[in-house]
Amino acid sequence: MAGTAGSDHDGLACTGLHGLHVELGAKMVPFAGYDMPVSYPMGVLREHLHTRAAAGLFDVGHMGQVILRGPDRVAALERLVPADIAGLAEGRQRYALFTTPEGGILDDLMVANRGDHLFLVVNAANKAADLAHLAATPGLEVTPVTDRGLLALQGPQAEAALARLVPGVAAMRFMDVASLDWQGAELWISRSGYTGEDGFEISVPAAAERDLARALLDQPEVAPIGLGARDSLRLEAGLPLHGHDIDTTTTPVEAALGWSIGKARRTGPRAGGFPGADRILAELETGAPRRRLGLRPEGRAPMREGTPLFDAPEGGRALGQVASGGFGPSLEAPLAMALLPADIAPGAQIWGEVRGKRQPAQVVSLPFVPSRFKR
Amino acid sequence: MKYTEEHEWLRPEGDLVVVGITAHAAEQLGDVVFVELPEPGPVEKGAEIVVIESVKAASDIVAPLDGEIVEINEALAETPGQINEAPLEAWFFKIRPADPAALEGFMDEAAYKALIG
Repeated sequence: MAGTAGSDHDGLACTGLHGLHVELGAKMVPFAGYDMPVSYPMGVLREHLHTRAAAGLFDVGHMGQVILRGPDRVAALERLVPADIAGLAEGRQRYALFTTPEGGILDDLMVANRGDHLFLVVNAANKAADLAHLAATPGLEVTPVTDRGLLALQGPQAEAALARLVPGVAAMRFMDVASLDWQGAELWISRSGYTGEDGFEISVPAAAERDLARALLDQPEVAPIGLGARDSLRLEAGLPLHGHDIDTTTTPVEAALGWSIGKARRTGPRAGGFPGADRILAELETGAPRRRLGLRPEGRAPMREGTPLFDAPEGGRALGQVASGGFGPSLEAPLAMALLPADIAPGAQIWGEVRGKRQPAQVVSLPFVPSRFKR
Repeated sequence: MKYTEEHEWLRPEGDLVVVGITAHAAEQLGDVVFVELPEPGPVEKGAEIVVIESVKAASDIVAPLDGEIVEINEALAETPGQINEAPLEAWFFKIRPADPAALEGFMDEAAYKALIG
């Protein structure tokens, strides 16, 4: 059996919670240049189920936090993303995409309107490229936030657990953002996440990060959750992962993310004006050649990323490959996502080639597990 | 009980050898969600005859020696989690070695413990 070597954080960056992960017995792996916990002694399966049943605490401090200032910050950011930023009210957050001139996706991100500035959270793997992209845009004063950690608390009991420490979170709705105090530390909290569950993302000053993580883990509902369960949770929730389900070769419409393009960016005086607008707006009208959909393989064998897909058990047409896939602990079954030709609709049967054998899979709409946000 | 460098345990049972994976291997793999077992019949040492999929990745189990697979643990395909819960009971297959003395060359428990540190 291969691949049983221990982890080694030489040359890798650490979040402020690295020592805590090690104390908690986490299995550490390199991820986006960081030494990160993939699982704790509870194991991926139980961590996943615990998050769906109670509350899970994730260290997402490897992700990029960025502040944008400048009087023209809103118009300037709208030149990079098709989301409606001008229509984003103070105290609210929105999902957005950095697009390419060809209509592809450079990265996906969250944008919050925090009054006198915009606050962005970007993917760890794209952090440096995103900062360069922002810095090259006239009208933006870009400040990377390097003195704060980022935690996510996710699950149906996340509110109960966090509200014991920070009572103000109980009044927040899905995609609200607020600055709230915890023992003298200013927390920047959003009611959002990456699991399909209700929950919060908490930006915390580095000096208070470890104490806050400990205080949350002391709550009876809360267990630490690693990147392994983070991936299976987001997969069941039908949420794309940049670099896998979406990248510079997929358009927002192909990726089934057209909903993130505000009405004001489609028609009227603020329509277009973002990279790739011609192609993306045309695809919103007429449809894209491919579409991101779900797959439910028959049996128990996962169809992992790269699995070739076909429209017949032998021969037939190549339909592309699995973009991300694995096992869904809540579904108790394998699941996958893929960009499929537009004529392949939910309900169709297709085949994935696993270890040289074609296995049937049903095409389904996303998400696999219904989301439970607090609207 | 003997052990292979591929983290299999080998338990003699009459003229057969029962094969599973060690607790160390199961822990490294993470939660197992799928097992594909071989067909009965002759195998060569080193052939990849079992596929294990955990929540993290796919791995192979190789035939530890030349011989003939005579029995497989069908129940394991239904309850792959047993590999994590009770790795010493979660056997994959029973093999009749071509060379009855073949087990002698494998590690004993002390040597295996030294290997995994």
